Amino acid sequence: MNEASQPQTNEHAPPIVEARGIRKRFGNTEALRGVDAALHSGHCLGLVGRNGAGKSTLVSILSGLQAPDAGDIRFQGEPAPALDDVRAWRSRIATVFQHSMVVPQLTVAENIFLGDLPGQRNLVNWRTTRVEARNVLREWDFDVDPGAECGTLTVEQRQIVEIAGALARGTRVLLLDEPTAALERDAVRRLFERVRALVAAGVAVLYISHHLEEVFEICDDVLVLRDGDVVLNAPTGTLTEDELVTAMVGELDTVAAARTSTARTSRRPAAAPSEERLVVSDIVAESSRGSLLGTSLVVRAGERVGVTGLLGAGVATLGRVIAGAHAYQSGSVRLDGRLLPAGRPDAALAAGIGYIPEDRWLEGFVGQLGCAENMTMSISRRLAGPLGVLKPSARTRAARPLADQLSLVSRGLNQPAGELSGGNQQKVTVARAVASRPKLVVAITPTRGVDVASKELLLAALADLTESTGASLLLASDEFDDLQICDRVVILVRGQVFTEFSEPPFDDEELIAATEGLTTAGRER
Amino acid sequence: MTEIGQPAAGAVELGPLFDNRSRRLAAAAFVRGAALLPVIVVLLVVGSFISPVFLTTSNLAQVGQEISALGVVVVGEALIIMIGGMDLSLESTFGLSAMVAAWLIIPVSNYGEGTQWSPYLGILALLAVGVVIGFINGIAIVKGRLNGFIWTLGMTVVLGGIQDGMVNGQSLYNLPPAFNWLGSAYVGSVPVSLIFTAAIFTAVGLFLRYHTVGRQIYAIGGNQAAARAAGIRVDRVRIGVYVAGSVLAAIGGLIEAGRVQAVAADQGYGEGIIFNVFAAAVIGGVSLKGGRGGMVGAASGVVLLGLVQNILDLGGVNNYWILAITGGVILVALMMARVIGGEVTAE
Repeated sequence: MNEASQPQTNEHAPPIVEARGIRKRFGNTEALRGVDAALHSGHCLGLVGRNGAGKSTLVSILSGLQAPDAGDIRFQGEPAPALDDVRAWRSRIATVFQHSMVVPQLTVAENIFLGDLPGQRNLVNWRTTRVEARNVLREWDFDVDPGAECGTLTVEQRQIVEIAGALARGTRVLLLDEPTAALERDAVRRLFERVRALVAAGVAVLYISHHLEEVFEICDDVLVLRDGDVVLNAPTGTLTEDELVTAMVGELDTVAAARTSTARTSRRPAAAPSEERLVVSDIVAESSRGSLLGTSLVVRAGERVGVTGLLGAGVATLGRVIAGAHAYQSGSVRLDGRLLPAGRPDAALAAGIGYIPEDRWLEGFVGQLGCAENMTMSISRRLAGPLGVLKPSARTRAARPLADQLSLVSRGLNQPAGELSGGNQQKVTVARAVASRPKLVVAITPTRGVDVASKELLLAALADLTESTGASLLLASDEFDDLQICDRVVILVRGQVFTEFSEPPFDDEELIAATEGLTTAGRER
Repeated sequence: MTEIGQPAAGAVELGPLFDNRSRRLAAAAFVRGAALLPVIVVLLVVGSFISPVFLTTSNLAQVGQEISALGVVVVGEALIIMIGGMDLSLESTFGLSAMVAAWLIIPVSNYGEGTQWSPYLGILALLAVGVVIGFINGIAIVKGRLNGFIWTLGMTVVLGGIQDGMVNGQSLYNLPPAFNWLGSAYVGSVPVSLIFTAAIFTAVGLFLRYHTVGRQIYAIGGNQAAARAAGIRVDRVRIGVYVAGSVLAAIGGLIEAGRVQAVAADQGYGEGIIFNVFAAAVIGGVSLKGGRGGMVGAASGVVLLGLVQNILDLGGVNNYWILAITGGVILVALMMARVIGGEVTAE
């Protein structure tokens, strides 16, 4: 493929889209620092980079959703239309976002022509709409019924509808933002076939993905962003996977390196193999945010196990399933040999699981109730006297040591948790999870949205709390920093255990490669 | 952000302040709950100008008796609103439960069923009707995930229809004294129903403040997902609250039947009491979003409505205008409560 299309790289013809010197700043962070990119007809360009590298910013600028601070965009040599001329942008470039933008209540035909239904003077001509939709779908060999309601379609079919909509408008530039994130393997294969057909027909494609193997499979060239800079722009045929990973990660920044050398390396000696505390077998669980397709895992007594993977790999889902917050279709979760019922957080708590949810605003605390009450919510029955009467002083007594241990800063333990800063809210959530003296703490991205100082403190507290009580820890997180307190890191790829690392400290580069589904056998220690 | 910068030791030094803090916070919560007190004082002053009868013991006792039935229903609705739900059918339960009990007690000649149960069994039947209706609502809304507004709206009409159908639209009179006692008896110059209702408000208020399940009600209303994640059996508590609400509505129906010495054909649904129930709860600071509110506020909402009604009666206002004026006063009270109570009703 590469060889076939490479000679066509018309270096002389102007690119269909060209971005030059794009800069964009948000507050103190410079998201893009002078990025050049060009899309050519009949070419597929891959765009990769870690979270925060500037990919999303570049996509939104290329889509006409944001104006750059500096630099310009040209379409076939012409300057870009004004930002508020949505129609002009939509006719030049179309973005298919990760999350479906079709209107589920409308038919395929309506969605294809959304905002511009065929007809005269605002009167819709339904027959023309259906016929033209069918023509577009047939022209590109898309197998979707134009009369079907979009809500009944699969994720793959909705994506087709979005692409068809773009093509129907005459757009010949497609930005595909993580198009495979929610697709099954077969659907991914079919998507690749469609993308190849589009490219062969002269469409320019910008393909954004975390999955490097996909980039190698369908992209002609690849552009790597790191901290807002283009660090690499080369034909994929000339690169190895290692080179790509190195370009993405760069050198470890000094702060991270310093931290790894202090707190994280003061590690306890490897404990002798102890009994199995948590046994997860063949879990199959559907979730819009990453399904599990037969995941198995063991956590031993006192062990700290990290789980990580890409968005959509099922990392959070696994944590939620174990904590009883998400029901599963088949498989089993056992704690100390006892089977836990699916989707019952109360049963999981009673069995000895403490749960630190991913989204603290959603599940972490009750905003209008006080800190002490939130911290002891998991043990209110235990604190209550006869007839379930619960003295507020008993709550405060139980909460104070936890507050001290976590250095909770509040205007008193009765201050509503909703008024605290993000880091302190997270401490309240952590306290709630460990107040019950659990045998296993399930923590999902416990440091998300928490500032650096609180982050260190939270991780240290989590490590201490589990260490001092002998509890095990299952830490599901896509933040590699979190994983450094773990004894072992399990990598999920598309809902299944891909590999695991059992010798800390863990190397970010190896972790990234593994989450991308690449083995690093050559570099394994 | 500034809090984070403080050393951990700072939190320890603050320790002795915590108790004062908590007392102050509790006091603030009470003031917010009693935000309607100034409005009530204004009404008392206005009432005393309008009629010399207003501030007499007998008149206030009568007001107390009149608002007792409503008050008990408001407690039930407030609990349901606090868990983030709503139950329009409490007004039909209020009528139907009393009607079923009376129907089982009185003879066929008075349109009864003819079983001629003892009044005590009748009262048990009344409570059972409350339990059954609350359970049906709870299961449908919590387990069946039906929209609470529409479901209880449907139940309101169905139950109101049953109330009419079972006695062919008749009112039932000649109820035994034991059945009427709660709604009509006096201890000295104080109505039993007022004492009883005040006791219910106090008991539920203490329950909400000091009982684990009471706290769970606030947690569920405040953030259902967080309550679930904290191991609270959310569904069970929610169904229980629907049952409790319906039982309280049934007790309200018993008080109302005792007060008027009859079960009127239009008791509850026909009168449309649900507007007053919601009005009292909401102007008393119970947030329709759930999770906020208390019994002090709900009680003052009930008292406010009772006083307005009484003052309009004493002032000799044209009967045909009373509805419009009552509605207007409720709207004004709602605005005042919002201004005084600040964030409580602001949501």
